[in-house]
Amino acid sequence: MTSPPAALSPAQTVPPTPRARTPLPSWLAPLGGAAVAVAAYLLFRGTALLPHDDDAAQFAAVNDARDWVDANRNESPLFLFFVNYVRLSVGALHDVLRLVLHGAGWAGLIGAAGTLGWLAGGLRIALLAVLGTGSFAVLGLWEAAADTLALVLTAVLLSLLVGLPLGVWAGRSVRLRRLLTPVLDVMQIMPTFAYLAPMVLFFQIGPASATVATMIYSIPPAIRITALAIEQVSPTAVEASTALGATRRQTLCKVHIPMARATIALAINQTVMMALSMVVIAALIAAPGLGSDIVRGLSRANVGLMLPAGIAIVVMAVVLDRITMAAAARGPVPSGALSSRSRLAVAALLLLATGLVARSLPAEFPQEWVLRLAGPVNEAVNWAKFSWYGVTDAIRNATTEALLNPLQTVLTTAPWWLVAAAVLALAWRTGGARPAVTAVGCLLATALLGLWQHTMETLTTVLAGVVPTLAAGLVLGVAAARSPRFAAAQRPLLDAAQTMPAFVYLLPALALFGATRFTAIFASVVYAVPPVVRLVEDGIRNVSPAAVEAARSSGSTGRQLLWKVQLPMARPAILLAANQGIVMTLAMVVVGGLVGAGGLGYDVVSGFSQRTDFGMGFAAGVATVLLGIVLDRITQGADRRPSPRKKKRIA
Amino acid sequence: MRIGRRVRLLAGVLTLGLAAAGCGGAKVETGAGPGQPSTGATGSSAPATGGTVRIAVNPWAGYEASAAVLSYLLENELGYKVEKKELAEQVSWEGFESGDVDLIVENWGHDDLKKTFIEEKKVAAEAGSTGNKGVIGWYIPKWMADKYPDITDYKNLNKYAGLFKTSESGGKGQLLFGDPSYVSNEEAIIKNLKLDYKVVVGGSEAALIESATQAQKQRKPLLFYFWDPHWLFSRIDLVRVNLPPHTDGCDADPKKVACDYAELDLDKIVSRKFAETGGRAYELVKNFSWTNEAQNAVADDMTNNGLSPEDAAKKWVEANPAVWTSWIPK
Repeated sequence: MTSPPAALSPAQTVPPTPRARTPLPSWLAPLGGAAVAVAAYLLFRGTALLPHDDDAAQFAAVNDARDWVDANRNESPLFLFFVNYVRLSVGALHDVLRLVLHGAGWAGLIGAAGTLGWLAGGLRIALLAVLGTGSFAVLGLWEAAADTLALVLTAVLLSLLVGLPLGVWAGRSVRLRRLLTPVLDVMQIMPTFAYLAPMVLFFQIGPASATVATMIYSIPPAIRITALAIEQVSPTAVEASTALGATRRQTLCKVHIPMARATIALAINQTVMMALSMVVIAALIAAPGLGSDIVRGLSRANVGLMLPAGIAIVVMAVVLDRITMAAAARGPVPSGALSSRSRLAVAALLLLATGLVARSLPAEFPQEWVLRLAGPVNEAVNWAKFSWYGVTDAIRNATTEALLNPLQTVLTTAPWWLVAAAVLALAWRTGGARPAVTAVGCLLATALLGLWQHTMETLTTVLAGVVPTLAAGLVLGVAAARSPRFAAAQRPLLDAAQTMPAFVYLLPALALFGATRFTAIFASVVYAVPPVVRLVEDGIRNVSPAAVEAARSSGSTGRQLLWKVQLPMARPAILLAANQGIVMTLAMVVVGGLVGAGGLGYDVVSGFSQRTDFGMGFAAGVATVLLGIVLDRITQGADRRPSPRKKKRIA
Repeated sequence: MRIGRRVRLLAGVLTLGLAAAGCGGAKVETGAGPGQPSTGATGSSAPATGGTVRIAVNPWAGYEASAAVLSYLLENELGYKVEKKELAEQVSWEGFESGDVDLIVENWGHDDLKKTFIEEKKVAAEAGSTGNKGVIGWYIPKWMADKYPDITDYKNLNKYAGLFKTSESGGKGQLLFGDPSYVSNEEAIIKNLKLDYKVVVGGSEAALIESATQAQKQRKPLLFYFWDPHWLFSRIDLVRVNLPPHTDGCDADPKKVACDYAELDLDKIVSRKFAETGGRAYELVKNFSWTNEAQNAVADDMTNNGLSPEDAAKKWVEANPAVWTSWIPK
């Protein structure tokens, strides 16, 4: 969360794309293109449309596949010997972890977290872990928190078990990496909602399928970052080791893995964070824990009920992040006075002591210590929604009428070939021929899926959400880069905005802005701004100090320094931020379907909740992925690195 | 790396595991009854105390109220353990097959699901009425009916379409709809009655409640899909718009519907296993039957009076022993 993603190490940023030399002024071509597009739109609007049909043959075909699985669940060998065993063993692992965590009791849990924190990063982290875990109990949520923790741990353990070896392998084999990259991309761009229904189909409802769904979402960073770590191990060290006669296996265990250790720890950290961000949605398929409080709060329109659970998730994210980051920061040899053996001994003693203390405490957390937030929170929300409504209603209507409706009209009444041509031209200009062809191919594929109209509606909300996201991200990022104090004050807010489950702020947004596309856009801005801020801040910070010093000594003012030196030199990072902002806004589109966003998001939600819409929901999930690729290819001129990128939640 | 050898080793271990499992393939459980701990059940549930009942909790307050009262009685009167699972309406039915759900407390029609899960898959069974009458319809806040007396007749809706226009409805009147899982004929009704309206999807019950609350408070026009029983009726005065009355079979073809919703007799659905081996718990579920008023009272306590579901259920149970004692199996 707090650390910049591995993808940002300066070694990887790419110099700005050199412009092709043309005799004409550079603004002429885009201007001419835009003029042609406008003229074509005015001439041909309303023609060559692809109207939406809820019962399209494509959807029916997916429904048929669903029915086949439904009918063969107890007959097909695929299920009898594979799928059902996966379900049973994953479920069993989860149950064991859950029993252990509950068996420890609230006091035991606090003690264990403290010990772990101390082992990983000393007293400060231990204190943080104790306070964080203690807050679950104070919020009256320690049992739900233990359930969530069990789910996260199961998913992370399994993700690492599969992901780390795969990552090591991919780090040493370019071929495997090429094979994996698109698969991992799809796993991350696919809206989580869209694979919930298939999960239920294969693994039924319950913790087992919730764990698998969480794994799908959290395994890509485990593989990608590990591969990157192994890949980056200095070739000289590897050569030296081979020259000294080490076997491949020895080289792997004695050189590769130890040298990549810190980055692999980052992979673990990211996996944990991603898994945690999935648990709320997993509650929709009957995973126990904090997520179900949030889902219940949403269905009862009760923010007071959701907020404590949301806070608990944020706290859990902070604690897990700090523990894993501290472990990552420590060198291969533990620092401090104690040797690793005596540290373990102390830890064991600590655990034993907690166990003894925990036994003497009541099993149930004392009710009078529990902080009841629901009442005051609801009062505050009620006050805000009734007294601000005039203003918020006006803002919403003005934005919708002036921006959203015209944009949507243009996109949905433009002939499909015109939109495709515009995408082709745009992507060609920013990225070149290959990305342009990919982008158009993906765009037209949404038409083949029977979802062109809804894709255009979704594109409208994404475009409208991206503008404020980038504006806010740029301003806040620049401010943070220039003032360390501002950056420090802003960091916890960014952490919270990113880890707070979207459902929690969806409800106040709903009260203020009603069930509209605007609400969905509002939520997506909250969700997508933090990574943009972080990338921009990091980009400006990384501008070479020599250049900054040179500008200063030649007498430029702060403003000149920013506009003439820092911003231009941070251009690749800023473009990457734009790319991420767009992909993340898209990620939020589905959740927006719950509050009136319509488009693909609503299709995905319908697919999850209506059996007859299964096919449409799945197709809409695929269409969202395709739209994500289109937008990525258009913006990818920013950074042409092959691998670990497109992390939907940079976290 | 010698991946090959490892894979072979792994395959060997897996085969051994499968052989050890004996049956030669794992089947999806067809409904674990109470008393049998299944995936997700914590700890040992000794049959003496009755075991565990897994109740699906669908996302609307009235459902939760019924589930809370049933859970309270199962736990405190019969000594069962209750596991509640927050689930969307249709996903709950999938739980009958895997044994994750024993009981759906409040079912709204869904003849298609009944056909699939009761008749074809034979994993579920009906367990009688809840006593609640489900009425779906189009509603407006009462102040609108007072101001425009003829608005409650669908024939006049077009006259008032301009009132309901919003920035989302594209020049037409807006009809606000809720969660995609709800029973719905809105599009067909609008088309077949030639109404100048557009369905705008709120996406959740919360969207409907928030909109209705604002419409009442700010005196904003609103036409929306809603249903009774619901606690909202005890907070806001709502009036139903009269669509052409429901007649038998007028909704047979989903594309040709031009009539109001039928009054639904809400019922309980249980897993087949629970019906067969549920014992006293199943008896209680079968006997459970109460009124819309009773459900609204509990739902209101839970939603607006800050009571937890357990406390709201406890309050009702303590105040109404005459009603529930007859449910308890002898």
